[in-house]
Amino acid sequence: MAAATSFANPAAFSSSLNHRFHHQKPSPSTATFNSTKQPLFKPLISQSTLAVNPTVLRHASVVASATPDSSSSTSAASFHGTCYVVRDNIDTDQIIPAEYLTLVPSKPDEYKKLGSYALIGLPASYETRFVEPEQYQSKYSIIIAGDNFGCGSSREHAPVALGAAGVTAVVAESYARIFFRNSVATGEIYPLESEVRICDECKTGDVVTIELEQSLLINHTTGKNYVLKPIGDAGPVIEAGGIFAYARKAGMIPALAE
Amino acid sequence: MTRNHVGSARAVFDPFPISKFSQKDASGGVSLFSAQSSNSIKISQKKVSTKIVSVMATPQSERKPSTTGSVKTGMTMTEKIFSRASEKSQLSPGENVWVNVDVLMTHDVCGPGAIGIFKKEFGNDAKVWDREKVVIIPDHYIFTTDERANRNVDIIRDFSHEQDIKYFYDIKDLSNFKANPDYKGVCHVALAQEGHCRPGEILLGTDSHTCTAGAFGQFATGIGNTDAGFVLGTGKLLLKVPPTLRFVLNGEMPDYLLAKDLILQIIGEISVSGATYKAMEFVGSTIESLTMEERMTLCNMVVEAGGKNGIVPADATTFKYLENKTSVPYEPVYSDGQARFLEEYVIDVSKLEPLVAKPHSPDNRALARECKDVKIDRVYIGSCTGGKTEDFFAAAKILLASGGKVKVPTFLVPATQKVWMDIYSLPVPGSGGKTCSQIFEAAGCDTPTSPSCGACLGGPKDTYARINEPQASVFFLVCVSTTNRNFPGRMGHKDGQIYLASPYTAAASALTGFVTDPRDFMH
Repeated sequence: MAAATSFANPAAFSSSLNHRFHHQKPSPSTATFNSTKQPLFKPLISQSTLAVNPTVLRHASVVASATPDSSSSTSAASFHGTCYVVRDNIDTDQIIPAEYLTLVPSKPDEYKKLGSYALIGLPASYETRFVEPEQYQSKYSIIIAGDNFGCGSSREHAPVALGAAGVTAVVAESYARIFFRNSVATGEIYPLESEVRICDECKTGDVVTIELEQSLLINHTTGKNYVLKPIGDAGPVIEAGGIFAYARKAGMIPALAE
Repeated sequence: MTRNHVGSARAVFDPFPISKFSQKDASGGVSLFSAQSSNSIKISQKKVSTKIVSVMATPQSERKPSTTGSVKTGMTMTEKIFSRASEKSQLSPGENVWVNVDVLMTHDVCGPGAIGIFKKEFGNDAKVWDREKVVIIPDHYIFTTDERANRNVDIIRDFSHEQDIKYFYDIKDLSNFKANPDYKGVCHVALAQEGHCRPGEILLGTDSHTCTAGAFGQFATGIGNTDAGFVLGTGKLLLKVPPTLRFVLNGEMPDYLLAKDLILQIIGEISVSGATYKAMEFVGSTIESLTMEERMTLCNMVVEAGGKNGIVPADATTFKYLENKTSVPYEPVYSDGQARFLEEYVIDVSKLEPLVAKPHSPDNRALARECKDVKIDRVYIGSCTGGKTEDFFAAAKILLASGGKVKVPTFLVPATQKVWMDIYSLPVPGSGGKTCSQIFEAAGCDTPTSPSCGACLGGPKDTYARINEPQASVFFLVCVSTTNRNFPGRMGHKDGQIYLASPYTAAASALTGFVTDPRDFMH
């Protein structure tokens, strides 16, 4: 999915998100989600599994619910949780300040630690902390943002920190290019775009559901629904399972020996 | 210098241009990607000082070949680089193509993660695609006692040895950088100095300011660890061809301006997301007059406008700089006369004044003289943006002209070991043979420190010149900096107030203790 860096239209993914653990060969449909063995809906305030195994962690953080009796081949993923609302131009220093970049995301214990620092760089005007002190994960699993979310550096630590903190999706008005691509590349979070500006209408703590299939965000607290933008041309890469899986499918690189 | 093929920079110069950005919509300029149109809407809400925008002409809308009477489909230089790298004779913006990467650069902050992904995906015994095309440069967190930071340098060293990486610029003795002859410093400046930047090529790096190398007429952009892991194994990456915004800068550059002012002008104009997903091509008589280091400053900050890459056509200045730096043959490319540009902006540089970007955004543009009442606590001169040899020359020139002493702590962080040596050895032009170091010492600046990214991005707590505390007073600590970003927390403490400025403006501000227009110290 890495290819999405340069894909112009970050948008809703109508099919499954593939993780970077492509060797599990998730099918583009429900297989990914069924294989996660997660509860159908992520409990509203519970922490996701604090697994040491990065694969499990990954699945825990990108938990999505599959319709249990879905016999059709289309996936019906949705995210449910409380949201954390930020404004425009949230840059990568606010998402994960540079002093924490010594943590290497590909090391499981450091991956976990990155989560505890997610959004710790937000200015004091954000009175509610995203991750409580001494915690590794946030009670907010969905971020709602304004324009140009993730601008600034190319640090992949940014989407990784959010994913490690338990974020499943970000719904922003727009994204900075590298952040969007890194989100897709890592499979840490869904970078979704809203048709309209919703960070003015939602409040931190609102209970929301994202229905990927319908490209819809439902705010249960306010009772309002918002349309998300359809998937852009990152779609084929996402559906394949990311840049590695996409390239393997195309025969460009050999399959991983298991 | 004949570069007619770049041509058609129609100097549409309106002496009284109205450049409110709502006109961007009216011009129909935003056409290739409808998803981007939201940018225009947002920008029109921005409060832009009319004093400043009056030098920029209304953006010109896209010019299709059909409107120019040509049947040939022209390509921009960015498109041509993609075309060659993807082995396709013709392509257009929006296409996704696999490109062959000429150089992949990584450093101590993102290298370990990229290596981790490379090993996981290609296997523990896998070899990189080309040991001569991977450049590994420790530069971010070097002079620190932070154990994890030190370990990360060890990781890239072990990997470089294991893979027999040809260009690894190691540092082992942290107590004295000069004891490490291989050590360079800030990757983007080192890449240029070591001859890794070449016209027509594709350079990818795990750092957003990789776009600096566009100064050499090449495509250069920042990527994440996962993409870098892919490139390490394959030498290829799937990239989308960006549409190009063209900036035509004409007119003689006043002697009080530097390239930093030009790019702050442009970012202030189009906003921090105005070029998202797009290439920014810089042409015009002013650009042709710029040195390579100044072109690097210009391209360095395109990412602050959201740009995918910045690019300057290679010319005699480029070729001269490259002499004796590389033996790799290169082939420059230029935009066709019929090339399609998403928009074209024409700027009369002779009318510009020294600028700053106020906290907390690089597009929060103001005239330096408008901020003369802003009291400052320190000045920082360094980074890939403002820590090159010519940046220190510029600062020294102002300090020398004043003959005075700085009123606030003034921190000097040379980008690379070569820059450090230049500060101590080269005579500053017009100074009667004085070096920068002599001028800095006479003016009471801090002694130039070891080359690295330093406090530009904060870094570990013990980083030299990092903003660790908000000022003890009721006011927040204010720093005038030649760096590239001023988002909250960028240089350390999130209450730090950073004014981005040129080395001229930074030095002038150091002399007064307030944000200061450098013309106050020029004749």
